[in-house]
Amino acid sequence: MSMQTETAATLSPTAVNDPVVLLEDVRRVYPGQPPVRALDGVSLEINAGELVGVVGPSGSGKTTMLNVLGTLDRADAGLVQIDGYDVSSLSDRQLSAIRARRVGFVFQQFFLAPGVSALDNVADGLLYSGLSRHRRRARARQTLTRVGLADRMHHKPNELSGGQRQRVAVARALVGKPSLLLADEPTGALDSTSGAAVLKLLHELRDGGTTIVVITHDHNVAAELPRQVHILDGKIESDERVSQI
Amino acid sequence: MKAAPAPSRLRPRDTLRVASSGVRTRPLRAVLSALGIAVGIAAMVTVVGVSASSREQVNEQLRNLGTNLLTVSAGQTLAGGESKLPEDSVDMVARIGPVTTVSAIGTINDMSVYRNQHIPVEETNGLAVNAARTDLLDTVSGTLASGRWLDDALAKYPTVVLGANAAERLGITQTDGSVEVWLGDEWFTVVGILDPVPLAPELDSAAMIGWPVAADELGFDGSPTTIYERSDESAVEDVRVVLPATVNPANPEEVSVSRPSDALAAQAAADETLTTLLLALGGVALLVGGIGVANTMVIAVLERRSEIGLRRALGATRPHIRRQFLGESLLLAGLGGVGGAAMGGVATLAFATYRDWPPAMPLWVLGGAAAATIVVGAIAGAYPAARAARLPPTAALATI
Repeated sequence: MSMQTETAATLSPTAVNDPVVLLEDVRRVYPGQPPVRALDGVSLEINAGELVGVVGPSGSGKTTMLNVLGTLDRADAGLVQIDGYDVSSLSDRQLSAIRARRVGFVFQQFFLAPGVSALDNVADGLLYSGLSRHRRRARARQTLTRVGLADRMHHKPNELSGGQRQRVAVARALVGKPSLLLADEPTGALDSTSGAAVLKLLHELRDGGTTIVVITHDHNVAAELPRQVHILDGKIESDERVSQI
Repeated sequence: MKAAPAPSRLRPRDTLRVASSGVRTRPLRAVLSALGIAVGIAAMVTVVGVSASSREQVNEQLRNLGTNLLTVSAGQTLAGGESKLPEDSVDMVARIGPVTTVSAIGTINDMSVYRNQHIPVEETNGLAVNAARTDLLDTVSGTLASGRWLDDALAKYPTVVLGANAAERLGITQTDGSVEVWLGDEWFTVVGILDPVPLAPELDSAAMIGWPVAADELGFDGSPTTIYERSDESAVEDVRVVLPATVNPANPEEVSVSRPSDALAAQAAADETLTTLLLALGGVALLVGGIGVANTMVIAVLERRSEIGLRRALGATRPHIRRQFLGESLLLAGLGGVGGAAMGGVATLAFATYRDWPPAMPLWVLGGAAAATIVVGAIAGAYPAARAARLPPTAALATI
């Protein structure tokens, strides 16, 4: 695929009014005795520019939710539409393409490559986009500056604090300019100060127009977010929007 | 419904980079697992290199000695007794057009050479006594280890030149005229010791005395038993055809003609059986090395599940993951192959230098080593890579 087509696909304003995430009666059942209904008829709509917390205790189905939103897993039934794409109709290869270009992930454990500089860790977020290494690094530099790590580009993960590592991970998720940023317990491995800094960063990114979903079991974290979706036993219990101050 | 996004793409250079990442982050493990392959390749390269060097040595020897020497021996009569060549057969061979040099020995029957007269006659050490013409040494490209060869003067007196083995068995190293050996019923002075003669190995365990002294003192009848003859290289076969009838017109069927250089070449060829066996052993070593790489790869895939999950989350397709691990396996094997080829080359060089052979390495060995490496790397990596690619991204990420 040539660069031209890619650029066109990225820029084409198809479905401006489409929600970034559209779930309709989504079910995901893990076989077993008895079968586990990880998602049991979930319907959810997330629009561009929203910052949403998906909150629930462990076993509530929120990790399955993250996997389905990130196209890492398929629903057994129901409609899953991510950035306007109907996930059920796409091949594994096409789902990989969506993850490479439209979705960014932030994990609790960071998953940074050890012994590799922050710059190259972030540049690896574009590894499967087909961009040259030079251009990947250029964009990684911009993105690291955006998350406030301009002076830490050449530090290895073990030379960074936990909060800085998570910001590198956020930069890696952002470097491909995704439509949707999925953060799985982004503050789970951090002390409260670093956690607060990461949440502040997510707020700033939201203000910059990025759509963000934060998966967390921590109600204090969720309380900071403008929209909170509570999930329990695979069902949505409540969906509240808190007006921003 | 939107058109599908541009597919994930990993540039070939980046495929190489991710494939080498495992090697770069765990260099010790990479070296150790590559070592198995290296040993196998080194063994095979060395076997081929050493046998090629040995063959090259024979070829060089043949180039130096020439392949135009024919040996004519009396052979046996139809009744089974020892046949004899006519006395004038040497002159008759010399008259064949393309023949350039000719010489002869006459083995003196029931005669051997002893350190002194007290040694029992039957303890011959397997040594023969030959009357030799003075032009023998040049004809068979023999060289002297020490002393001198028989000349026309020495040939008339009881002097003797010993073959290499004969001198060793008699324990004689001095050729200054101070050492005598008991030959017939007389003392013969040792005037020279030969180097081994590759084209006439029968001379190595023999004592050579002059033609006239043999006739005068030992009752030698003057009929040659073996004639050595050189001719133009291009005419060797023609000469070969006419030799029997020339040397023994009465009984040409009794004469046997041989080309000693053929025997040397055949000996080199016979070594190939051993080479094949050793090559097979090297192959077993390579197989074990391949299993080592496969083992390393299986462990790498287990250890790096979260990395695989992350890569899938970053947009890697299954083929991208497969290529990464297959590439890593090929890289490990390739590392071993290059190291092994170098080790084999050095071993060949060292061995050839030690044996004083010209070191030789056929080019196909390098191609063969490369091909074997690729095949082993691909087979060793195929299963682990397929497993890595099949791993569902959610399962890969679930492990910490």
